[in-house]
Amino acid sequence: MSYLTINNHQSVPVASIPELKYDHFLDQNTTFLNDNSARHCVTYFGYMAGQEIKLICCIADDENHNILISSSTVTKEACLNSFSAKNLSFEKFEREIHENFGIAYSDHPWLKPVRYSENRADKSKLIPDYPFFNITSEELHEVGVGPVHAGIIEPGHFRFVCNGEQILHLEIQLGYQHRGVEQLFLTRKKLLQRTILAESIAGDSAIGHATAFACLWESLSGISLSRDVLFSRTLAQEIERIAIHTGDLSAICTDIAYQLGSSVFGRLRTPIINFFQEWCGNRLAKSLIRVGFNPYPFTKELADRLNEVLDAFEPDFIEINSELSRLPSSLSRFERTGTMKYDQLLSIGTVGLSARMNALPRDIRSSHPYGLYPEFNHEPFLKHHGDVYSRVQIRREEVKQSIAYIRQLLASLPEPGIPDQRELHPKNNSFGISLTEGWRGEICHAAVTDNNGELLIYKVKDPSFHNWLALALAVRNNEISDFPVCNKSFDLSYCGHDL
Amino acid sequence: MLRTLKILYHQGKQFIPDPTRAKVPGIFRGRPEISGQAVDVAALADLCPTRAINTDPVSIDLGRCTFCGECSRLYPGKINFTADYRLSVNDRNSLVIYEGTTAPVALNSDLIRKEIRNCFKGSLKLRQVSAGGDNSTELELNACGNVNFDMGRYGIEFVASPRHADGIVITGPVTKNMAEPLQITYDATPSPKIIVLAGTDAISGGIFDGSPALDRQFIEKNHIDLYVPGNPVHPLTFINGLVDLLGIKH
Repeated sequence: MSYLTINNHQSVPVASIPELKYDHFLDQNTTFLNDNSARHCVTYFGYMAGQEIKLICCIADDENHNILISSSTVTKEACLNSFSAKNLSFEKFEREIHENFGIAYSDHPWLKPVRYSENRADKSKLIPDYPFFNITSEELHEVGVGPVHAGIIEPGHFRFVCNGEQILHLEIQLGYQHRGVEQLFLTRKKLLQRTILAESIAGDSAIGHATAFACLWESLSGISLSRDVLFSRTLAQEIERIAIHTGDLSAICTDIAYQLGSSVFGRLRTPIINFFQEWCGNRLAKSLIRVGFNPYPFTKELADRLNEVLDAFEPDFIEINSELSRLPSSLSRFERTGTMKYDQLLSIGTVGLSARMNALPRDIRSSHPYGLYPEFNHEPFLKHHGDVYSRVQIRREEVKQSIAYIRQLLASLPEPGIPDQRELHPKNNSFGISLTEGWRGEICHAAVTDNNGELLIYKVKDPSFHNWLALALAVRNNEISDFPVCNKSFDLSYCGHDL
Repeated sequence: MLRTLKILYHQGKQFIPDPTRAKVPGIFRGRPEISGQAVDVAALADLCPTRAINTDPVSIDLGRCTFCGECSRLYPGKINFTADYRLSVNDRNSLVIYEGTTAPVALNSDLIRKEIRNCFKGSLKLRQVSAGGDNSTELELNACGNVNFDMGRYGIEFVASPRHADGIVITGPVTKNMAEPLQITYDATPSPKIIVLAGTDAISGGIFDGSPALDRQFIEKNHIDLYVPGNPVHPLTFINGLVDLLGIKH
């Protein structure tokens, strides 16, 4: 075994990461995961190092609260044995490496394009020609949905294979939202540009992604932060969780045609995001997170205001939830719909809320705590049915949990820091990794710098990267009319996946 | 039934009585005002992450601005973002706010195509196309129809098919991979039809401007009927823009 053990939000010299022969690298990383549910791959990527490709694999160990890192160097022309043949959770990472560099895999089960990125190796492959799984039976039919969907929602293509009304198979094809985010991190040199880019990876997770970026940059630059910065980031992350979970509950009610729930949850989200605007001038908290300092100090007045908002929010939120879980018409749509088993979730490396719906306790707040999370001794809320109702209940309980954490934070405000902007220079030849727990789940940003401290690669992984496959598997054997509520109960990100 | 009535009673009235006169809470970054104060204008312009600030005279292009607020945070005497959320225009040039200007931005009525008010004043159905949008403006467009903002009161709604629509609302910087689906959606919408650009990313590409993964030909070759700045767009900015475009009395 040859690997480096580091903590979340730590950076190390690239040279200190052990470099293994590929076969050894493969064995080691797949062995890490086999029969150990507390470990999963948080990111696995390649970048050009001279004429060769350096692969870096990062395995999070939830039990020991650290990250195991190893690397290997291969050539573009290589034809490699795949990790995926031994452990399915690597499938998308290897598809991405194949798409970006043209590396061939001899035994990958499913080597399809991930997002038709601008810098892909084979530009003759175009998004309209995606190789869908085909059927020949005359008794089955296909249903194609998208890329443009019926609601106000991002684009993606869903191809169902159905037997009558029953879904046998769903293939989800993404890439329409690809804006070239990772490349822009390299070409936009100003820190503010990069911060705004991080906020725009997924605008519904502005806090999650911007915090991941800021923590990574601070760790690469070797600076430490005052308590008020950590306070604001932790607080903002929990407010974001409340806002989006509540909005999702509204959308789930819309999808089962429960108008009262849809309206009440919808309006309950408004004061929460309006609070963000009162704090930083933006309803989705863009501009709140900045690298190295806190541009909008959290004052006593804001604390009083937030207490007021939550005091008004909580009883109404509990009331509508208790009504929702008493209605036979909602339960009949929620229960045993879109079910995922524990073993399935584990095998494909699901993270976040989508993992917790069936007893897989993946939550960076407890496994790799950052900010002020160590003070909460956070325990993730778990469900054991893996259906739409589990995902509804997790949202309900996590909102309550977040309210409790916020009250705990508000009980002792930190001394407001002085917004102090410093020039930050990442250390040269360094590798850094940053994990945060957004409302969807684990967000991972990783970076490698060159001789001058300039970025060689900036790697972003939204939880949706793992979880889209979970949605595709969850809807099997369900009625196709249940697809919308299944989709909304996961609420995965298209732009976070496509980058 | 009784429980439902109780919930309704507890919720009370949630709608904003008049979205054209509502006040936004807190420190909203709306229409900026630029004072005559002497500052290092080159440094000010250089600060902007999307080159929205120009000099001589100092101006801010709201079609490029990501509303990050950094310029007003560091030059508070020079640049002040007011709480005025009425930012929508139908002339791209009117999005540029110059030093010393404190007048509200408004639509140029000469540029409004005649058929828009003739056909859509009582009812405007819109199809939304996200073309690389980051789901922030999309969330806000959804919020336009919620019980607080209730855009439906003006007969303006989002519909599920371009066949049912009178126009399209584009969000996002328009990626290469979405260029064709966007064109197909537009072609499927019956004439007369309008095009609305919602959000800085759609208007100029925003922080993504210049990315090789974009294809903005659709925006360049078509007539745009309404520009709605914001990052994301505020529901009141969107609603008021359409109310003004349609000439709905308020």
